[in-house]
Amino acid sequence: MTLQSGPQRSRLDPEPVPRRDLLGLGALWASASAMLLAVVGMLRLPKAAVLASPSKKFRVTLPETLAVGEAFVPPGRAVAFYRDTEGVYAVSTICTHLGCVVKPNAEGFECPCHGSRFTHDGTVAKGPAPRPLPWLKITGKENQFVVDEGSTVPQGTKVNA
Amino acid sequence: MTAMEQFVANLRAAPSRIVETAFRSGKPETDRTRSTFVFGNVFLHLHSVRTHRWSLRWTTTMGLGIASLAAFLITLVTGVLLMFYYKPFTEVAYDSIKDIHFVVPTGRFIRNIHRWAANVMVVCVILHMARAFYTGAYRKPREFNWLIGMGLLVVTLGLSFTGYLLPWDQLAYWAITIGANIAQSPREVTDALNITEYFDPGGFQRLLLLGSDMVGPEALIRFYLLHVMILPLVLGGLMAVHFWRIRKDGGLVKPADADQRAGTTEETVYPVFTDAPNRTYHLAAIVKGRTSQVGRGPENTVPSMPHLFYAELGVLMLTTLVCVLLGLISDAPLKELANPAVPENPAKAPWYFLGLQELVAFSAFMGGIGIPSIVLIGLGLIPYLDREKAGTGEWFGGPGGWSLVKQAMIVGFLSSLAIEAFVIHYGWLREWFPNIPQLFITALNPGTMITAVYGAYSVWLVRKYASARAGAMGLFTCFLCGFLVLTVIGTYFRGPNWVFYWSPSEWPKH
Repeated sequence: MTLQSGPQRSRLDPEPVPRRDLLGLGALWASASAMLLAVVGMLRLPKAAVLASPSKKFRVTLPETLAVGEAFVPPGRAVAFYRDTEGVYAVSTICTHLGCVVKPNAEGFECPCHGSRFTHDGTVAKGPAPRPLPWLKITGKENQFVVDEGSTVPQGTKVNA
Repeated sequence: MTAMEQFVANLRAAPSRIVETAFRSGKPETDRTRSTFVFGNVFLHLHSVRTHRWSLRWTTTMGLGIASLAAFLITLVTGVLLMFYYKPFTEVAYDSIKDIHFVVPTGRFIRNIHRWAANVMVVCVILHMARAFYTGAYRKPREFNWLIGMGLLVVTLGLSFTGYLLPWDQLAYWAITIGANIAQSPREVTDALNITEYFDPGGFQRLLLLGSDMVGPEALIRFYLLHVMILPLVLGGLMAVHFWRIRKDGGLVKPADADQRAGTTEETVYPVFTDAPNRTYHLAAIVKGRTSQVGRGPENTVPSMPHLFYAELGVLMLTTLVCVLLGLISDAPLKELANPAVPENPAKAPWYFLGLQELVAFSAFMGGIGIPSIVLIGLGLIPYLDREKAGTGEWFGGPGGWSLVKQAMIVGFLSSLAIEAFVIHYGWLREWFPNIPQLFITALNPGTMITAVYGAYSVWLVRKYASARAGAMGLFTCFLCGFLVLTVIGTYFRGPNWVFYWSPSEWPKH
């Protein structure tokens, strides 16, 4: 038997692949995109929808005497309280760079991980932090306050007490 | 012979028959049985049956690839052993590591070996990459295997990082925190552009990594899963392709005149087949000339069994010895239990990430994602930009190469040291202009400056020598030098609050 149509081919020539086999190509691309979509769909599982959300509000009792510029950090919490003549305010001590807990010092705050420095009001003084430390919403009076780590207030919002 | 006598004779011959049948084609004593020993064995047949004598020279590879594999096998075995006792839950993870360290028989020793083998693996993989680069082994037809190798480097670092987190001590907790926030750092850009609300790849990556909006039990189990299952599987798959491609791309890279330079064979080694092969495979039609032996006799090759396998076994034994000795000398660290309220000060990543930590101390996004991506893309493009042929298989591409590398080392060391010294002494944009927009610092910081200097230098080399190879060599050498400088500064010269100190004796006491 010989090939009737087209030029004579040698046995060693590559077999021609039909490039305009629409159904074949369609099936190929359909299976490829189905698998790709399946992989994307599988990412839906590890992307958690329900997150553990312990209460972000807690009570704080400030010490009787808190000098101007002196920070009070409730034990085990990432928030620093300051009291001055205008009132009381709370600054988050979670570094806006990569999330380390900054430590209050005489000038403000310093970060142990990558060396960011902040002033008492949270403004970046030095280092890689991209944003100032946020001020947290507090309510209360005298020495009793409730702080909400979930909501921030504009810098300069102080509570009279 | 009666049936009973036959039975007894068979029984007595059984031990030697078991040995004979294990080898399938007899003991590997002649050229022919040595060949069948290789291709008849599922584990050995990734090798060709004969190996070119150039490939066996010490200076060809220094055994670095096999040493990386050996270190991986050691971590695999010791890691499975550690899994007998390790519990990936935040309440008990730390205690289980303490049990392994203090209570489990040989637990401390096995954990030390695991930790050291992981370090040895990182070192060997980096050195292996440098060897492949400087001998031009990434060139045609090995371009794609260079990319596979880069994938292996990334997975190796990922395995090390995820392993670092499992003890749930202070180092682990703060490394996860920093790592997750680096994953989130695209926000540094999206925040500055005010589009985070609509497009937040950073938040998505962090959520995927931690499985929660904070570092807790979900994060630990994810890192555990990555460390013991996902990444080893990926590594195994990539390794299979990597080794297979070495073979299919024509074996190890050789200079064009390797046959002459390999010298004459010893008298005990038969450089050609002494027995006629007893089978011929008619596959010639699909072989296109990349297989090393096409169109050539087996001259200057020796049987892989024993010459190659004994060399590989030697490297495996040496690597094991090094890991065991290091494990005897030095204990794997275990800090205090994780404390979410107080970071370590200084909080340092494992040594191979301290260069990155130095970079993220300039900008989280650029140091953690931007510059590493630029470096990876640059490395990946090298085989496709340098398509020259001269000097393939020669260390540093032959005469003149070494002096180019020396020059690039001077540029690489001096420019990174100068920029670091300037920043340490004078500070950077944020200190001079406190209100400068963050995007300026993201784009223009010491890390990007060093990268830009290296890039400019290599472009200058391409133009000066009219050779992409010269530019690639300059760039690769510079990046190695920069990696070294940043790692050493991060390891030895950064103290509490990431402040520069000449020595830990100057660290403030508190």
